[in-house]
Amino acid sequence: MATISPRLALLAGALALGISSGAHADATASMLANTCAGCHGVNGQSEGPASPIILGIHPQVFVDMMEGYKSDNIYSTIMGRIAKGYTSEDFEKMASHFSKFEYVPAKQSYDEALVEKGAKLHEKYCDKCHAEGGTPIIDAETGEPAEDYYLLAGQWTPYLQFTMSDFREDRRALPKKMRSKLEDMLEAEGEDGIAALFAYFASEQ
Amino acid sequence: MKLNRRDFVKVAGAATAVGLVGAPHLALGASQKVVIVGGGTGGATAAKYIKMADASIDVTIIEPNETYYTCYMSNEVIGGDRAFDTIKVGYDGLKARGINVVHDSATGIDPDKKVVKTAGGTELGYDRCIVAPGIELLYDKIEGYSAEAAQTLPHAWKAGEQTTILRKQLEAMDDGGVVVIVGPPNPFRCPPGPYERASQIAHYLKAHKPKSKVIILDAKQAFSKQGLFVQGWERLYGYGTDDALIEWRPGPDAAVVACDPASLSVETSFGDEIEADVINVIPPQRAGEIAQVAGLADDSGWCPVDVKTFESRIHEGIHVIGDACIATAMPKSGYAANSQGKVAAAAVVALLKGEEPGTPSYINTCYSIVGTDYGISVAGVYRLAEDGSAIAEVEGAGGLTPMDAPDWALAREVQYAHSWYANIVEDSFG
Repeated sequence: MATISPRLALLAGALALGISSGAHADATASMLANTCAGCHGVNGQSEGPASPIILGIHPQVFVDMMEGYKSDNIYSTIMGRIAKGYTSEDFEKMASHFSKFEYVPAKQSYDEALVEKGAKLHEKYCDKCHAEGGTPIIDAETGEPAEDYYLLAGQWTPYLQFTMSDFREDRRALPKKMRSKLEDMLEAEGEDGIAALFAYFASEQ
Repeated sequence: MKLNRRDFVKVAGAATAVGLVGAPHLALGASQKVVIVGGGTGGATAAKYIKMADASIDVTIIEPNETYYTCYMSNEVIGGDRAFDTIKVGYDGLKARGINVVHDSATGIDPDKKVVKTAGGTELGYDRCIVAPGIELLYDKIEGYSAEAAQTLPHAWKAGEQTTILRKQLEAMDDGGVVVIVGPPNPFRCPPGPYERASQIAHYLKAHKPKSKVIILDAKQAFSKQGLFVQGWERLYGYGTDDALIEWRPGPDAAVVACDPASLSVETSFGDEIEADVINVIPPQRAGEIAQVAGLADDSGWCPVDVKTFESRIHEGIHVIGDACIATAMPKSGYAANSQGKVAAAAVVALLKGEEPGTPSYINTCYSIVGTDYGISVAGVYRLAEDGSAIAEVEGAGGLTPMDAPDWALAREVQYAHSWYANIVEDSFG
C-alpha cells in the first residue's frame, strides 16, 4: 500500500508560513474548495447521480488524482480542463478542506440480489488493496487518514462504471496488481462480476 | 407583491429583535446585518455562505416569489424530458439555516442611510447590502413586444409560468409547424441557452412532429459553443440538409425588430416578415430593475463592480453579483452567479469584521444538453488580474468539450450535467 508523500506532511507548515504561489496565491482552502461545490456538492458531498463524492477523500489521493487530470494522464470529460487552472499548492489546500469532513455514502438504488456475490468478490479480488470496501481508514490514535484509500463503498455507481471503463479501455493507467486481479475476476465471473461489485459498493450506505 | 400580515409580523419581529427598524446595527451593537435583494442563485448562495462563515451575522433575503424556478434545466422542461416541478426550489433550506426570507419586492435602496425599502412598506437597515436581481427584459426594444405580448409570444427567459406557456404551445402545435426563437444581442443571460433550447425543441419535434422546424433568428453573427452545437445538430437533427429540424439565421439581417402576437409573426431588420406557429422572443436585457432604480447600473445597463469584492463602483456598501454585474471575463450564468455569491460572501464577512478581503477564486461550468445522451460543456477558471481591475481567465485552463467526441463521452456529459444540476441547487438553496 502506498504511503502519504512527504509533500503532504509539509503542507501544514507551508500553509502556516503563508508559502504559496500561482494563479490563486493566498486564496484560502475554503475559497478554493468552494469552487468545486457546484458540481461535487457542498463540501464535496455530491447529490449524484454521477459526480463523485469527494467529501472525506484521502488528501494524497485527491492531489494525485487532480495532478493526473491536469496532465491528462487520467481521462476525464471536464475535470482535466478545470484542473489546469490550479497549482499543486491549490490542490493541497483543497485536499485539506475535503478530507477534514467525515465521509457520507450516497443514497442510491442497487440490485439487492447481487450484493452478497459482490461482497464475496470484493473480499477475494479487491480487499487486499481496497480495504474496508474502500471507505476511509482513520488511524484511531491520531485521527488522521492511516493509509491511502479510494472511495468505493457508497460512491455513486455511474462514476465507478465510468472509471472502470476508463481503466479497461486504457484511458487511465491500471496498476499491475489491479490488472491481474481484474483479469482473474473477469475470467471467473465475466461482466456479471463487475455488476455484482458495483451492487455491493452501492449497498454500503 | 404586498407584504401580508404574517410576513409583516416576521419582518417587524426580526427588526425589533435587534432594535430599531432602519438602524438595527446601532441598537445592540451585537449583530451585523446583511440584506440581500433577490433570492435567485447568486443571492441565495451569498446568503448561505455568509451564514456558514459567521452564523452571528443577521442575513435577510428580499425575494417576491415564494418558490423559485431555475432557468438552468428549464430547456429540458420545454423539450419535454423533464417535469416542470423538478426545477422548482423553495426557501426552506435557507430558512432552516437561520436566514430571514421576506417575500416582498425591493423598491429602492438608500446607500447613505443604508436602508432597503420594499413595496410592502418595510424599511430594512443593513451594514452591507448585496443586490442580485438578475435581468430585466427590455420589451420595448422589439416593436410590438410587451409583458402582455409575452403571454402569447413567451420569452421563457425567466423560468416559471413562461416555461409552461412555451411548452404547452409546442404540445399544441400541429406537425409541420414552424417554431421561431428570437436570439438576443450580447450581453445576455445564459449565452448557450437559446441554442440549447433550439436543440431541446428539435429533440421533441424529431420524436413527435418530425415535419416541423425550429428557425433561430439571431441578432448575433456567432454564438456560444457554436462549433459543438452545429456538430450536434448535424448528427442529430439533419442540420444543413433540406430536412433540417434546426435552421440558424445570423444577424444583423435576421435580427428581429418587431413582432405581432395577433398574426404570430416577426419582422427582421432586413425587412423579412416571418410567420410561425410558436414564437419564443428572447429580448435584449439589462441588470434587474432594482439595480436601475438604485442607480447601480452605468450607461451599459449593467453594474460596474470592484471584482475582488463585487462592491459597487457607484455606491459603497452595496455589492452586486450574478447576471446584473459586469464580471468582465465571466459569463452571465447560474454557475458564475453561484461562484460570485461565494466570493462576495467571503468579502462581506471580512469587511464586516474590519478585515481586508482575501484573494478570490472564481469558476464557471456550464452544460448544454443537445439531445438524448448528448451533452456538451464549457468551463472557465478565473482569478483576479494582477492590477485587480478584472476577472481574468487562467490561461491554458477551461474551454470546451472537444469536437468529434465519442458517443460514450457525450453520454457521460449528460450524466454530469444532471449531477451539476442536483449539486448547484443544493449548494445554492440547500
